[in-house]
Amino acid sequence: MNPERRQLLGWGAAAAAALAPGFRLIELAQARSPQEAASVLQRWGLLIDITKCVDCDVCVTACHEENGVTGQGRPATDAQWIRKVNLRDKRTGYAQTLPLMCQHCEHPPCVDVCPTGASFKRDDGIVLVDKHTCIGCRYCVLACPYGARSFVHEAVSGQKADVPRGKGTVESCTLCVHRVDRAETPACVEACNRDGGKAMAFGDLNDASAEIHRRLRSEPSSQVRADLALNTGVRYQGL
Amino acid sequence: MASIQYREIDGRSGGFYVLLGALGVLVLAGLAAAWTMEHQGHHITGMSNRIVWGTPHVFAVFLIVAASGALNVASIASVFGRELYKPLARLSGLLAVTLLAGGLAVLVLDLGRPDRLIVAMTHYNFKSIFAWNIFLYTGFFAVVALYLWTMFERRMNGYTQRAGVLAFLWRLILTTGTGSIFGFLVAREPYDSALLAPLFIVMSFSFGLAIFVLVLMAACRWSGRPLGDALLARLGNLLGVFVAAVLYFVAVHHLTNLYLARQLELERFLLLDGGVYTVLFWIGQILVGSIVPLVLVYAVRGRAALAAAAACVIAGGLAQVYVIIIGGQAYPQQIFPGKDVSSTFFDGVIASYSPSLPEIALGVGGVGLALALTVLGLRVLPFLPRSLADGEAAAA
Repeated sequence: MNPERRQLLGWGAAAAAALAPGFRLIELAQARSPQEAASVLQRWGLLIDITKCVDCDVCVTACHEENGVTGQGRPATDAQWIRKVNLRDKRTGYAQTLPLMCQHCEHPPCVDVCPTGASFKRDDGIVLVDKHTCIGCRYCVLACPYGARSFVHEAVSGQKADVPRGKGTVESCTLCVHRVDRAETPACVEACNRDGGKAMAFGDLNDASAEIHRRLRSEPSSQVRADLALNTGVRYQGL
Repeated sequence: MASIQYREIDGRSGGFYVLLGALGVLVLAGLAAAWTMEHQGHHITGMSNRIVWGTPHVFAVFLIVAASGALNVASIASVFGRELYKPLARLSGLLAVTLLAGGLAVLVLDLGRPDRLIVAMTHYNFKSIFAWNIFLYTGFFAVVALYLWTMFERRMNGYTQRAGVLAFLWRLILTTGTGSIFGFLVAREPYDSALLAPLFIVMSFSFGLAIFVLVLMAACRWSGRPLGDALLARLGNLLGVFVAAVLYFVAVHHLTNLYLARQLELERFLLLDGGVYTVLFWIGQILVGSIVPLVLVYAVRGRAALAAAAACVIAGGLAQVYVIIIGGQAYPQQIFPGKDVSSTFFDGVIASYSPSLPEIALGVGGVGLALALTVLGLRVLPFLPRSLADGEAAAA
């Protein structure tokens, strides 16, 4: 290696070393600190283009891997935080497939019915279950219009540090809140864009500069069970 | 006006202890079931992520609905001033409390985390009808206890009517709350109707009176107290009216649904091809629970016919609550109207459910608890008049 080239590489390394913490700081600045409360200025949501949704389930696998949701081989009682739903029009036979999970409603029926307030909505629109105050009455499971909630029917093992679960309580998609708080995207979205049909987008519905906001403003989209006027945080295209 | 003489039951006979022992066994079986469910998790039951409320809830809701209805006899005496029913008022209040206790015990022991009952007492979401019900149920105990006190304590007798009115209003609100647990479920086609609140109120009249009649007949027979035919005939007439009222509300509910195109599939499921739910509706609820009792109380008449009618109303009532709670969940949610839906999470299909032994044991345990508390109540306090013979009841 000639001296000039060596010097150039040295400067490059020095520049990278100098800039890297800066980029890291930008990333950290975008993440919420643990002390900082979620803000009503944000409304996290998903936009799912089901014309791109292919016959795969990488979103489901990624979600359950990320959140430590493991089955016991009992489909009726095993938890499912996200599922692939296949649709076929009753008259035309037109077939579609889409991922369905908690729709993170602005007016969530699960939150309304919960007697203890364990079902709650964060200021930034993410609907969660407080695992400490859920008494396992399952009223929210009945109330959810999307069948998105699961009751933990037996002891769980292999839990992830960020995702507490517990027998006898109810759980559902958290929009990967632990990742969102670190300024990352939910596991399903990441997997879909890496290994799937690139059908899923995540972002702040309130942020005018966000791609999801731009698309929702300029392209047609719909809500599942829009008749219920719940103003869902998850929107679909092509439905 | 002759004063009514009340007296505790003796409680020294072998039969008394056999009865109490048998009920105790049911309670123990219920507790064992709850313990097993809590330790193993609910996967050992027939319940699933699609049928989240199962047989325990059928028993619990039936008992809670019947509890408020059992108070009706007392209400008729003190709110509507029918003296004939006055000697029965104390037993009516007792049953209201014991049936509610039995129902609540089942509900609480079925929770995923029954150990967190204290959380339900310290954290409230007042938009939840469930949270309101916690106050309505505990308040009902207090109001009925007050009502009973005004009946038992001679100096307080002057307040019985006022306490009776309070208890009557409270029970109407309570059953409205129970019906609204389902009525407020906006995203479920079988529920989501304001009609469920008044339906539950007339169901409570019917179920509560049926249980009251059977308990009254058993208590009088086993303690050797006279029970007049005229009094029973009046109760029978009343039971018939209540059964007819339930039929009316059920008919209006189904007719309304049949008129709405979006509800036709649901009605087809419930009335025509819903398997066990259709059978339970037509054979259990309509035939056994409604038509047979109406024939028994209005055409056959008599003591045995009334007892049989009351038993039929209870059996039909359990079938009705089963169809409402479990049939209502088994019918798939219409998340994507106009589409055939399938998934690994049982979307678009009728959810399967069969009651498991622990669930049945827990539910029956609640019935056992309610009846055991009733027997103990009759033993320790003078709830039952020494005689309910026609002449004395009429004079009273």
